[in-house]
Amino acid sequence: MDKDDGGDPLALRVDDPWRDAGGAGLWVPEQEVPAVPPAGAAQAGAAGERGSVFLEVQDSAAFQEVRGRYRGFVFPAAAAFVAWYLLYVVLATTAPGLMGRQVAGEVNVAMAAGLAQFATTFLLTWAYVRHARLRRDRAALDLRWTLATRTGQERVR
Amino acid sequence: MSGTQAAAGRYLADSAGEHQGLAVVLFTVFVSVTLAITAWAGRRRSSSEEFFAGGRMFSPMENGFAIAGDYMSAASFLGISGLIALFGYDGLLYSVGFLVAWLVVLMLVAELVRNCGRYTLADVLSARMRQRPVRVAAGTSSVVVSVLYLVAQMVGAGSLVGLLIGGQGTAARTWAVIGVGALMVFYVSFGGMRATTWIQIVKTVLLISGTVMLTVMVLVRFHGNVDGLLHAAAAGSGHGDAFLAPGLKYGGSWSSRLDFISLGLALVLGTAGLPHILSRFYTVPTARSARRSVVWAIGLIGAFYLMTIVLGFGAAAVVGSDTVRSSNAAGNTAVPLLAEALGGGSGSTWGTVLFAVVGAVAFATILAVVAGITLASSASVAHDLYTALRRPAARHGRRDPAADAMEQDEVRVARFAAVGIGAVAIALSLLAQDQNIAFLVGLAFAVAASANLPALLYSLFWRRFTTRGSVWAIYGGLVPALVLVVLSPVVSGRPDALFPGVDFHLFPLENPGLVSIPLGFLAGWIGTVLSPEPADPGRYAETEVRSLTGAGAV
Repeated sequence: MDKDDGGDPLALRVDDPWRDAGGAGLWVPEQEVPAVPPAGAAQAGAAGERGSVFLEVQDSAAFQEVRGRYRGFVFPAAAAFVAWYLLYVVLATTAPGLMGRQVAGEVNVAMAAGLAQFATTFLLTWAYVRHARLRRDRAALDLRWTLATRTGQERVR
Repeated sequence: MSGTQAAAGRYLADSAGEHQGLAVVLFTVFVSVTLAITAWAGRRRSSSEEFFAGGRMFSPMENGFAIAGDYMSAASFLGISGLIALFGYDGLLYSVGFLVAWLVVLMLVAELVRNCGRYTLADVLSARMRQRPVRVAAGTSSVVVSVLYLVAQMVGAGSLVGLLIGGQGTAARTWAVIGVGALMVFYVSFGGMRATTWIQIVKTVLLISGTVMLTVMVLVRFHGNVDGLLHAAAAGSGHGDAFLAPGLKYGGSWSSRLDFISLGLALVLGTAGLPHILSRFYTVPTARSARRSVVWAIGLIGAFYLMTIVLGFGAAAVVGSDTVRSSNAAGNTAVPLLAEALGGGSGSTWGTVLFAVVGAVAFATILAVVAGITLASSASVAHDLYTALRRPAARHGRRDPAADAMEQDEVRVARFAAVGIGAVAIALSLLAQDQNIAFLVGLAFAVAASANLPALLYSLFWRRFTTRGSVWAIYGGLVPALVLVVLSPVVSGRPDALFPGVDFHLFPLENPGLVSIPLGFLAGWIGTVLSPEPADPGRYAETEVRSLTGAGAV
């Protein structure tokens, strides 16, 4: 949105990446990662140095937790909806007899399955967003803070 | 399609005069508004962030509307409802694939890509890999996908104008293609991402409003009785209950069934590799807002496809499949004809008005979609190909005068690239003017799924993935997809093929996805296993940590 042109100032706040941090009270740095002065890290911007910071964070329990939660939801969910969609397409092309069976009125199995695809898509969207909001966003934001102070690469707007 | 153009023109010729006037007025209003948006957006300083990402401060709702605008092409609005009007249930299979694809985008791609990249797909890959080969490969495949998609849309624009204003000869269609091409180049080179995004938003509002209006009219006509609508559609199609079950279009030979499975796979995996969709995630400030834009987009797109189902069955019920087919063999005029019938039939005032409104909305749709694709492909040319071939590799995040000068350079190259891509697309569209366009859209999705998606997913999720693996994954999907299309019955060996006179079709399917998508994944794996040097664990750690936390995201 273009702030110069009289946009709603609230809209900006809604997307403020740091907004969630406020709800948690004072921010506490991750215990696993020893604090390093940001200025020093910014000076030592060599790729190796940055790489080792990221390796360290990647190994930290906090990050493993975020990644585990993300993959734990997304991989099974993706496998399930791709399998369900492929089953639907294969059945529609190879078993028209089954798909043409009437369920209620003019609605047959194929029509019900098609609408069920729409329904599961909406449902999974809702479930994913809820999972990300409740289980992942805050922990990811904490890690982002940690990295921002350690690498000094966060750009100030 | 060519043989039916003349028939369609004759069919519509009697009422063409009235349609033409109003449709041209409505369309002129849309073009004026979009030109004003472009002029307004063009006043800004042209940093590359402004040009390629529109300043990155769009709200999730705005970006969601823009994503939906980029995705809902005239092929969906006219094409899918037309397929439903002609083939019933088999048309509906398309809309399911187009929607389910968004779950891949939402869960596996949107947030991670937003966190890792700056403007293009190649940014994500080159964060881990050697810049030059990966940028060239990803840039090439992105441009190929974009040009295929562009040509399909512009040929569609030409046919649409021919059908709506009743132009018999090729002159009207030629000028429509040139006009659309010139406008899209103007939008992109002068307005950049900011203008393109606002044009998408305006278009989405128009398209959704028009679709809601027609859907409500269909439902009111059947007193809200969906069963009655389906019954009337089955009766109006001439196929009876078979119309409501799969099999009318894809139920024939085994190759046509496999063909549909191949298309379904390409649709569901291709969306996440479309360059103009990926570039939309960079117009919002954070991964969280990228996620929320996709949620908006899924809501809009899902509602839209549900409504096209009603419109398709409504056209079969109200207009009748035979009338639709006699107007256009591919069914593309089903919705305009339905609008006319709902307004009171040919010759009535409201029938004429609704017909013109639908025509103008469809044309606005095409114009907005081509602008989005042109922008994404010019970004690929300037930010990936030009940077990799002409300039030494640039590190991200540095702020110095040389980097600023390079940014200016990139924007200038992108503006010229838009002109070049526009010219290529116009020329190809004029050559392909008489061809069936449906396969081009399916092909663009198949190439995106075969070339872009494997590299993207491996790069985000596979620790051992290497530079050689990514280059092989891209070319290993791109080349088979293109070769299989050349060897397919679309190009030779059939009366409606590109070259009907010769027969060198060795591959039985029209859509290469079933073979080329697994080949892309396989090539990426083989390339990685055969790499001379192993993957750098530090750079993978950086990609993985950044993708999930947003650290250091621009």
